[in-house]
Amino acid sequence: MSAPAHSAAPPAPSMPTRRPVWAREALAVALFLALALIPFAAALGAESYLLSLCTRVVIFGIAALSLDLILGYGALVSFGHAAFLGMGAYAVGILSSHGIKDASLQLPAALAASALFALVTGALSLRAKGVYFIMITLAFGQMAFFLAVSLAAYGGDDGMTLSGRSRLFGFEWIKGDRAFYYVSLGFLVVCYALCRSLVASRFGRVIRGARENPVRMEAVGFPLFRYQLAIYVVAGAMCGLAGFLLANQAEFVSPAYMTWQRSGELIVMVVLGGLGSLHGAIIGAAAFLLLEEWLSGFTEHWKLIFGPFLVLVVLFARGGILGALDRVPGFRRWRGGHG
Amino acid sequence: MADRPVLSLVNLRKAYGALVVTDDVSLDIPAGEFHAVIGPNGAGKTTLIHQISGLAPSDSGQILLDGQDVTRLSMPQRVSRGLVRSFQITSILPGFSALENVALAVQARSGSSFRFFGDAAKEEALNHPARAALAEVGLEARMHMRASLLSHGEKRQLELAIALAAQPRVMLLDEPLAGTGHEESEALIALMKRLKGRATILLVEHDMEAVFALADRVSVLVYGRVIASGPPQAVRENAEVRAAYLGEEELA
Ligand SMILES: Nc1ncnc2c1ncn2[C@@H]1O[C@H](COP(=O)(O)OP(=O)(O)OP(=O)(O)O)[C@@H](O)[C@H]1O
Ligand SMILES: [Mg+2]
Repeated sequence: MSAPAHSAAPPAPSMPTRRPVWAREALAVALFLALALIPFAAALGAESYLLSLCTRVVIFGIAALSLDLILGYGALVSFGHAAFLGMGAYAVGILSSHGIKDASLQLPAALAASALFALVTGALSLRAKGVYFIMITLAFGQMAFFLAVSLAAYGGDDGMTLSGRSRLFGFEWIKGDRAFYYVSLGFLVVCYALCRSLVASRFGRVIRGARENPVRMEAVGFPLFRYQLAIYVVAGAMCGLAGFLLANQAEFVSPAYMTWQRSGELIVMVVLGGLGSLHGAIIGAAAFLLLEEWLSGFTEHWKLIFGPFLVLVVLFARGGILGALDRVPGFRRWRGGHG
Repeated sequence: MADRPVLSLVNLRKAYGALVVTDDVSLDIPAGEFHAVIGPNGAGKTTLIHQISGLAPSDSGQILLDGQDVTRLSMPQRVSRGLVRSFQITSILPGFSALENVALAVQARSGSSFRFFGDAAKEEALNHPARAALAEVGLEARMHMRASLLSHGEKRQLELAIALAAQPRVMLLDEPLAGTGHEESEALIALMKRLKGRATILLVEHDMEAVFALADRVSVLVYGRVIASGPPQAVRENAEVRAAYLGEEELA
């Protein structure tokens, strides 16, 4: 972010350099380009397998981005984030079981349901701090899970199969896997751009300040609760969008979307990729799902390898994968230095 | 200088368990007054500032700002009414630049912070007053430096710049000179002289030279009680104060 120092002697005040947006976002551009090229690589072989794997990467990238907003930028460790995936997915499942299959209704419903859930649970859990906040979000996540299990009319424990993907004004816009992939990727790019704008804005600066020193922020006059609740709702709604996409990808919804293990996996994705940078969340989601896929191809006991691997990353690569890459000379500057 | 008190403390009390830290403190501070609070270590000066600023609740008693009861208001609510404090133990945002630390104080009083677009760090309307506050404390040359990399004395200057940028009507300063070098402290004393009259100031300070040079009135706090309050000269000559707190030679 700062100009390179030419001498070791007294650190000169450095002017932050501003580069054009494509240069500041070099890493994001590279990531999205790579993702956009996947279907062409997939066409060379194993298309449906590769495409479905990468669709999951994109969808979980959106979920991880939304978690990074509150976990990475807000330092609010939410252990119930998968509940929002479930809210979005069940909005699709329940509406479509009643014959409402149009995204023009399903998507707003998914966003509204997850935003409302975030508003209510956030208003209650943000009163607590630290470990208590973690426990309360976990409790709300479990509440959502058991609520879904108890919905006998909508498959209960077993979940329910959808009769097809959402339409848009009657048109089967995401019926094909490729079309669905690009629509999901489009949502990811939009979410990334929204988050990037958000964290740099006045609002985002309040959130980042509260992460560093909440007492200082209150002492200059910011009532933090309302800002933290607002970011919690934004993150919840964004994760609800991921839930909407997940239901459409699998054409299936079940309580398994909102187990506490799934919430834990979302945290692992963000930490693995690198907290509080936005790219890190996307990289982490990709690394997590690809490693899971790769390792589970070797052995059914893949979790025995995956667990220790994650511990090693957390211990030795502070800042996750992005933090490790940043230690490569020149990388941080190239990628624009966010986070 | 009007006589109506801008800040009134009425029978303020606070105890930590069995330890009474603020013991029936009553104090009226008129508009524009520079009021110093002195007292030995552990007398309860910082706790009193916590109570007035809203960081710590009071057990009983009242805090009036412009005659209005603010005892139950939160710290941000008090700040929005013009009551701003600094911290004895430096409280800054270590990962932000010095400029952004101060710009946030400007942002807090400049319209809504529920703005989701636009780069806040580039808002000239926030940066301009922030630079002015940094210049007042003599930290302008360091404005783009990460606050965590500033020297201890510079952090103390930054702490004061943040309070200034909030444009307080009433300023509570908790030992702004603590830990500053000789030159820095001279500069800060000069700055506080300039602030005199611009805001009502309640200063907690151990540096007696500074206190007697700056204060219109001095209150002496011992074991949570105000044992004397008045013009510096009268307090200096008060026998109880001499006996209870100040060494004879310190006052000579
Ligand atoms: N949170 C707390 N819990 C329990 N006791 C406390 C707490 N904060 C302060 N005290 C005690 O209250 C008394 C007053 O402390 P305070 O920090 O207000 O003193 P002070 O006058 O500011 O001292 P100094 O000159 O050293 O800054 C001390 O005995 C201190 O140990
Ligand atoms: Mg103190």
